[in-house]
Amino acid sequence: MNEIIDKNIDFMDTKDFFKICLRTQDLKNPGSIKTYQSLGGYGQIAKILESKIDPQELINEIKISGLRGRGGAGFPTGIKWSFMPRDYDGTKYIVCNSDEGEPGTFKDRDIIRHNPHQLIEGMIIAAYIMNAQVGFNYIHGEIWEDYKFFEKALDDARKAGFLGKNILGSGFDFELHAVHGYGAYICGEETALIESIEGKKGQPRYKPPFPATYGIYGQPTNVNNTETFASIPWIIEHGGQAFMAHGVENSGGTKIFSVSGHVEKPGNYEIQLGMTFKQLLNEAGGVWKGRKLKAVIPGGPSTPVLPAEIIMDATLDYDGLSRLGSSVGAGSMIIMDDSTCMVKALKRLSYFFYEESCGQCTPCREGTGWVYRIINRIYNGKATLEDLQLLTDVSKKISGRTICALGDAAATPVLSFIKYFRNDFEDFIKHKKTVS
Amino acid sequence: MNEKLKKLINKEISKYPSDKKQSAVIAALAIMQNNRGWLSEEDISEVSKYLEMPEIAVLEVATFYNMFDLQPVGKYKISICTNISCMLRNSDEIVEHLKNKLKINFNEVTKDGKFCLKESECMGACGGAPLLTINNQKMYENLDIPKIDSLLKELK
Repeated sequence: MNEIIDKNIDFMDTKDFFKICLRTQDLKNPGSIKTYQSLGGYGQIAKILESKIDPQELINEIKISGLRGRGGAGFPTGIKWSFMPRDYDGTKYIVCNSDEGEPGTFKDRDIIRHNPHQLIEGMIIAAYIMNAQVGFNYIHGEIWEDYKFFEKALDDARKAGFLGKNILGSGFDFELHAVHGYGAYICGEETALIESIEGKKGQPRYKPPFPATYGIYGQPTNVNNTETFASIPWIIEHGGQAFMAHGVENSGGTKIFSVSGHVEKPGNYEIQLGMTFKQLLNEAGGVWKGRKLKAVIPGGPSTPVLPAEIIMDATLDYDGLSRLGSSVGAGSMIIMDDSTCMVKALKRLSYFFYEESCGQCTPCREGTGWVYRIINRIYNGKATLEDLQLLTDVSKKISGRTICALGDAAATPVLSFIKYFRNDFEDFIKHKKTVS
Repeated sequence: MNEKLKKLINKEISKYPSDKKQSAVIAALAIMQNNRGWLSEEDISEVSKYLEMPEIAVLEVATFYNMFDLQPVGKYKISICTNISCMLRNSDEIVEHLKNKLKINFNEVTKDGKFCLKESECMGACGGAPLLTINNQKMYENLDIPKIDSLLKELK
């Protein structure tokens, strides 16, 4: 990736809050087409269609921007888009993954309800680049009102001539639909999501073949996160270098962090990547009720938990968090203060993965149940110290042995909680309760 | 299946290629569930005929996705999230209050058939924790005990 990034980019010395995906948030009627157009919205797709800009040129701009998949995997978007076969004789699909169901993740919801048209424009540009004719936005089940709001936004975009046949008289056709999920975390995995769109149980597929060659109905399909698509119009308008400059090397641009749990002001904060954790915590009002910080899950439970003394020195960017042994993930930051019982917290997370395992792979289906039952045993004061070793062993036997990443995700909290908070678990076993 | 339901389902079918009606199965089941309050065997069978897919394939979907109910859930299904972000914001207290007030446990319906309580996984709105939804559609955030009390009064 480095060779495509200009080393002379002038990264800002100090990182602050800067809104790209949530830039309409503080305006009146933030989600309306009128508000979006008042910021020049839909101007980029109009420019592209009018000048018939070469898609390769646009992909290069996205590569320069350093934009990486915002759903958690962090794969470079420009590279992913170049995997889609350009000359394919048949329907190609693009899919927006708004099925955010990992505990602590709620950023896509704010894009959908506060800036849906930027997402729609981003998807139209993506469709133009990859020459896709049909798109879907798969929206998490429990946010019904936001799903209805997005359907209304699609109607408005259609009426204004940005969706459908012959968009703005250019000869380019693209239709976009909203799809409503119905409560399955696994459908956030891209191939499970594709199965779900086909009207099946959301069970992940083997890869390869990847969706770019065999996706919805076996047709080439690109799947990206909501925030990824919503970043595109700004990048096209201001250029890849400008986006890159808002972040740090290897972590271009801004990123939304969803801060929840023990903070005074939970919510979504769009930061320039590379900002310090301290500054974000401060903006979120600090730790709840003036208590002391104990631990932070930086990017959702599939990213390792970090104790206060480690996260306090973190910078929030891909390399910054990976140096500390964790990850940006989806930016789903869960804050835990010193009143938190780590055994109880891990018990709840383990129940989640057990409940949400699709049941396809034995290590995950059986292993997540074992993990939950052992932690439950610890929580109920019926465990021995050997159970901690058993917990570690079972988790390691799930990790890397499943079709999709849910298995790894289930093992991550167990291994990281025990690594950093072993005393909490041992105290619980010895005294049948948390001692600290 | 009456004409009103067919119209709603047809709108969903129209999002997909004409030979891929099955893609609309989740939406069709949601529409049927919204109509009856839960999914009966008859609903499953009607959806399977309408979308021209095997009944077992429809049932597979209905049992896989958590928001479907294959048993009656009363007039108001209260789904409350207890996952980590809600737990850290004291969802336990809300759950206890609801259980005491309604005199039911999770997955039970009150004697008058009015309320059912379900424990839910993450709803993707953790900035407003603790939170719940009513009948899968209306979300209530930043809950506390007084808010629960007034909500229960509101739901006639």
